Amino acid sequence: MFDFLQQFADWFIYTLLGISAKSHLGEALNFFVFDTIKIFILLFLVTIFMGVINAYFPVEKIRNFLSRNKMYGLEYVFASFFGVVTPFCSCSSVPLFIGFVKGGIPLGITFSYLITAPLVNEVAIAIFIGAFGLKVTAIYVATGILLGIIGGFVLGKMKLEKQLSTWVQNILNSAVIEESLQAEHIGLKDKMPTIIKEALQIVKGVSLYIVIGIAVGGAMHGFLPTGFFQHYISKDQWYAVPLAVIMGVPMYSNAAGVIPVVQVLVAKGVPLGTAIAFMMGVIGLSLPEAMLLKKVMSWKLIAIYFGTISFFMILSGYLFNILLN
Amino acid sequence: MKRKILVLGPGCTKCKTTYENVVKAVTEIGIDAEITKIEDMEEMMKYDVLTTPVLMIDGVAHIKGRVAQTDEIIKLLNQ
Repeated sequence: MFDFLQQFADWFIYTLLGISAKSHLGEALNFFVFDTIKIFILLFLVTIFMGVINAYFPVEKIRNFLSRNKMYGLEYVFASFFGVVTPFCSCSSVPLFIGFVKGGIPLGITFSYLITAPLVNEVAIAIFIGAFGLKVTAIYVATGILLGIIGGFVLGKMKLEKQLSTWVQNILNSAVIEESLQAEHIGLKDKMPTIIKEALQIVKGVSLYIVIGIAVGGAMHGFLPTGFFQHYISKDQWYAVPLAVIMGVPMYSNAAGVIPVVQVLVAKGVPLGTAIAFMMGVIGLSLPEAMLLKKVMSWKLIAIYFGTISFFMILSGYLFNILLN
Repeated sequence: MKRKILVLGPGCTKCKTTYENVVKAVTEIGIDAEITKIEDMEEMMKYDVLTTPVLMIDGVAHIKGRVAQTDEIIKLLNQ
């Protein structure tokens, strides 16, 4: 699918710039050129695709759907799926949380959405396809959705309503099903310019991180020997997966830059399951998000939330290491 | 008539950019407008906000969950 890009990168670095294909520098630069172009193309396509889906499922509609329908547990599945299709920025997590709770959506289902929304987003999907291919991306997305369903269900069963801030509890007690402000009735054709503009903005917003990530990845790709990490991180070390998740949680803003680096780590010997668990920690949970959530919940609830999700991320890391080879 | 413009958002980059664009738009067309930025969460929740930033003009939420561009805001203000 990206053969022409590889040909271009080969031609650009080896022929035009005259750097030897066998040199470390040549290998690093080739990786950088190829990966940067590939990821930017994918990023643009995926963000537009998500933008189109989102035009049909705005978050207001989703909230109304979830608050109106009681579906014997299926709500968790829907909430988690909806988390994938809506664009998400961590600064929206609090208004979203309140908006859901206010609409009478149970806490567990709100959590389902809140877990999947950052974990499976358009930027992560695009870079994942570019770095690991469709199969691993599909596994990542499926796990992310499953994590949202199970995590939300478990958190819902814990009866954590008392751990919410007082003013949120007041909202909870007076929860009413309300209709959204006003629905926009604009056809897709008219929305397209906005969707493309939005996509460009998202790409622009993460471009610096991606370029830095690929540059670091490229350097490692060119200069580190294959299997370099095998001695340090192997499947036999039971603590590698938990450590990877715990290290991943505080790293947030670099999510776009982390995946290209991890791609090289995997190529150089880090087990794929450990790597996926690490990236889930980076992308799905973040300290800035915890700070924002403090406004609506107690530290105890934040700790339970982060702890539960980390636990499931670690579990899936082990599982991948067993299943993927 | 004095226009009432509200920018709702907890202070992320997107929200700040939206606010700056509003100021730019208002200066450009030179209308009399009262621009308010709401960053307090409890205050924000009175407006049934789900995604931020939100741009409200005269009590109507026009743009939600994304940065409003200056030319877009000018168009909305001229309507």
